[in-house]
Amino acid sequence: MTNKAKKNQPVSETSEWTFELIEKYQSEIERIAVNFGLSTYPVQLEIITAEQMMDAYSSVGMPVGYSHWAFGKEFVKTEKNYKRGQMGLAYEIVINSNPCIAYLMEENSMPMQALVIAHAAYGHNSFFKNNYLFTTWTSADSIIDYLLFAKSYVAECETRYGEEAVENILDSCHALKNFGVDRYKRPPKLSLLEEQNRQHEREDYLQSQVNELWRTIPDKEQNEANASPRRYPCEPQENILYFIEKNAPLLEPWQREIVRIVRKISQYFYPQRQTQVMNEGWATFWHYTILNQLYDEGLCTDGFMMEFLQSHTNVVAQPGFDSPYYSGINPYALGFNMMMDIRRICEHPTDEDREWFPDIAGSDWNETLHFAMKNFKDESFIGQYLSPKLMRDFKLFSLNDDDRSRQIEVSAIHNNRGYQQLRSTLSEQYNLGSIEPNIQVYDVDIKGDRSLTLRHTQFLRRPLDKSAYEVIKHVARLWGFDVKIESINENEKVVQTYECSPPK
Amino acid sequence: MAQIVDRRLNGKNKSAVNRQKFLRRFRKQIKKSIENIISERSVTDLDKGEKIAIPKKDTSEPFFHHGQGGHRDMVHPGNKEFNQGDLIPRPEGNSGQGEGGEASDTGEGEDDFVFELSREEFLQFFFEDLELPNLVKTKLSTITETRKVRAGHTSEGIPSNINVVRSLTGAMGRRMALRGPYKKELHKIEKELIDLLKHHNETDQVVVDLRERIVYLKNRIKRIPFIDTFDLRYDNRIDEPVPTTQAVMFCIMDVSGSMGREEKDIAKRFFMLLYLFLTRTYEKIQIVFISHHTVASEVDEETFFYSRETGGTVVSSALKLMASIIQDRYPSNDWNIYAAQASDGDNWHNDSKICIDLLNNNIMPYIQYYSYIEITPDQQQNLWDEYTSIQSGWDNFAMKKIEKIADIYPVFRKLFEKREV
Repeated sequence: MTNKAKKNQPVSETSEWTFELIEKYQSEIERIAVNFGLSTYPVQLEIITAEQMMDAYSSVGMPVGYSHWAFGKEFVKTEKNYKRGQMGLAYEIVINSNPCIAYLMEENSMPMQALVIAHAAYGHNSFFKNNYLFTTWTSADSIIDYLLFAKSYVAECETRYGEEAVENILDSCHALKNFGVDRYKRPPKLSLLEEQNRQHEREDYLQSQVNELWRTIPDKEQNEANASPRRYPCEPQENILYFIEKNAPLLEPWQREIVRIVRKISQYFYPQRQTQVMNEGWATFWHYTILNQLYDEGLCTDGFMMEFLQSHTNVVAQPGFDSPYYSGINPYALGFNMMMDIRRICEHPTDEDREWFPDIAGSDWNETLHFAMKNFKDESFIGQYLSPKLMRDFKLFSLNDDDRSRQIEVSAIHNNRGYQQLRSTLSEQYNLGSIEPNIQVYDVDIKGDRSLTLRHTQFLRRPLDKSAYEVIKHVARLWGFDVKIESINENEKVVQTYECSPPK
Repeated sequence: MAQIVDRRLNGKNKSAVNRQKFLRRFRKQIKKSIENIISERSVTDLDKGEKIAIPKKDTSEPFFHHGQGGHRDMVHPGNKEFNQGDLIPRPEGNSGQGEGGEASDTGEGEDDFVFELSREEFLQFFFEDLELPNLVKTKLSTITETRKVRAGHTSEGIPSNINVVRSLTGAMGRRMALRGPYKKELHKIEKELIDLLKHHNETDQVVVDLRERIVYLKNRIKRIPFIDTFDLRYDNRIDEPVPTTQAVMFCIMDVSGSMGREEKDIAKRFFMLLYLFLTRTYEKIQIVFISHHTVASEVDEETFFYSRETGGTVVSSALKLMASIIQDRYPSNDWNIYAAQASDGDNWHNDSKICIDLLNNNIMPYIQYYSYIEITPDQQQNLWDEYTSIQSGWDNFAMKKIEKIADIYPVFRKLFEKREV
């Protein structure tokens, strides 16, 4: 009944925030979120300054991170843009941890703080806690501890082996970080204590393994037994960094540990890269829904709503392909509109919706949305839920760009003939498997010069970018011997090779 | 219930380390960029932070991704007039938008990565590896100023310097030490008394004696003062000598007809550099501007750089003036004296000999460093030849030739580069 008493009294009248107000808004937002059935990690709101936000921003939101010049570059860039006013700082940085930490920037007004609380602390938070990729692939409980371990380990290596040596190895690992993830095998949970305890054992053990593999005195019997050529590894391996960590002959134990750190952190961010549209869409949907609920209950003023809506509208704007501001499809716009559209299909289905979505048309919208949030990633989410109405609203069209023909063909537009194709094309566009080149560890010349061969299997004849010449240098530095990349086409023919020797 | 944490007071600048690493990594490029800046920037705002541009391809972090070519389908929003099956001519030189993912800098454009250096960082880079020659001598010989520094505690001092904590700790220690023997005896006697009372009466002599003794001891304890003048401790401050931090810089420029605007601009930039450089070592710097043609005069900055004179050149007039100013106003044991002379090398024929004498006898012995730059695209003139003899005679004399603005920075670096000892 207390709610009723408050009903006609907004929590705040001005746009200034105070700790009391944040607490009040936060508890109202929490109440509404719980009523809508959002299940979240405990929330920790941290008030920070713009500078601290830039700090956080430049280390991909990691609250603690090892130091590296690339983060410095990011910082310098962010700082410049922010000072020139080209860019409002991201008002939401939230990371998948338990408790879920969301940053509130001191410069923001009260409505913006409320927006961030709803968006990050309840929207993203519930996504992190419930989406299947996050629950199976990351451990929110231990990430902060692990980052702490990584930071101090890297710092220790810097004092012991010199900053340059550490920087070199980090540079090389960063170049391969997208190839340091297991796509199909679930990684074991991280734990700070275990990491520290096991780190020494691992060093010794790994080294002994490698030594075994690279023994220089040939084993006679084995040599005869292996007369027929067999590849090592016997199956191609997709996780290049993992393979290097376990098998690179010349790496020192500490270098292996650093490879491992980069790999682990990359793995941790892998689900985020696969769920950008959904994650942002979900969070945007909920800040919109929750703040509207606040307004309906009379808990915030008209001015509050105006400010919120202005910012919200900017976030979900989608410029057309011919606009100077166009830079691809805005994940906030697509995600938010798909979420709203699903709700619409549930609540007010048209005949078209009933035909396309017989299962969800007319169902409980909140249940349906939760189901979608839990069980999909961008690729499958779009493949499943992108409706004809939305394709019309966005005026989507697809281009077929084949370098063998002189012209680009409009292969589908938002009409009856095109819906299916548009949907599957857009879905494929979010498939990390086809966005990133398929490169795997193919062979190591164990008997000979120890050279490593990576195999790039071309997808739709797409070649590697010429930056591959730079990346292969990094691979060679880690591997310590010659490295070769073969690009093969659909007929398993090698069409291009890249080679590099390690720096002397 | 959510937890709200105020982190604003936590250390900011968490990225400072990363920023430094970034700057260190791209030192070479940054220095090059600075070299360009110095020739373009107007002199008055040399003393600020600076926008630095370094080639983007140097700062990019490579990773495997798809290049152009092959076959791809892309979905875009905002269709207006296209229909299925329409053919669009391929745009020329299109870098293939929409790699998706993080491929933000796919095209290897010649774009620069632009960022800003703070003033300190800028000057740091600017003057890296440079040093003021002959600093040692002055530091050692002209210790005339002192400053107060903390130096522990003393037992004497003025009331305003009393250190309360120290004093009270001392007092407590003293009280405990002095009370100790009395307390010990007191405890013993009190115990004895209890034992005695089991067999004796209050009026027995032994008991009375003990009682008296107890009263006596308690009095002694009471009489130990809570604090004594002996306990007082004072913060101690002593004078520490500091090396002289004042310097004077003489700017001598030929303003005769042969020096055009461009030459003056070069000279001015050079003087500014020297000034900036000195500010990194000295807190207070005075500048003396001496302009000369056939006669020399001490002028203000405005006149120095912008007035135009005509006529011939007598360099010795300026040197004479400088020598007398040093004698009058800047005794060399109190001042670090630097001089920079800029000229096109033109001098009245018989005058150069006089210059040499003046320099050798009246100037060089007193000053830290004398740098001479000759601004001329042509052959060196007679002043240069004469000065060469000074260069061989004095360590703290240096001369260089500048032809164009772009030479200033390299020449400046040459003049002040760190020397092997």
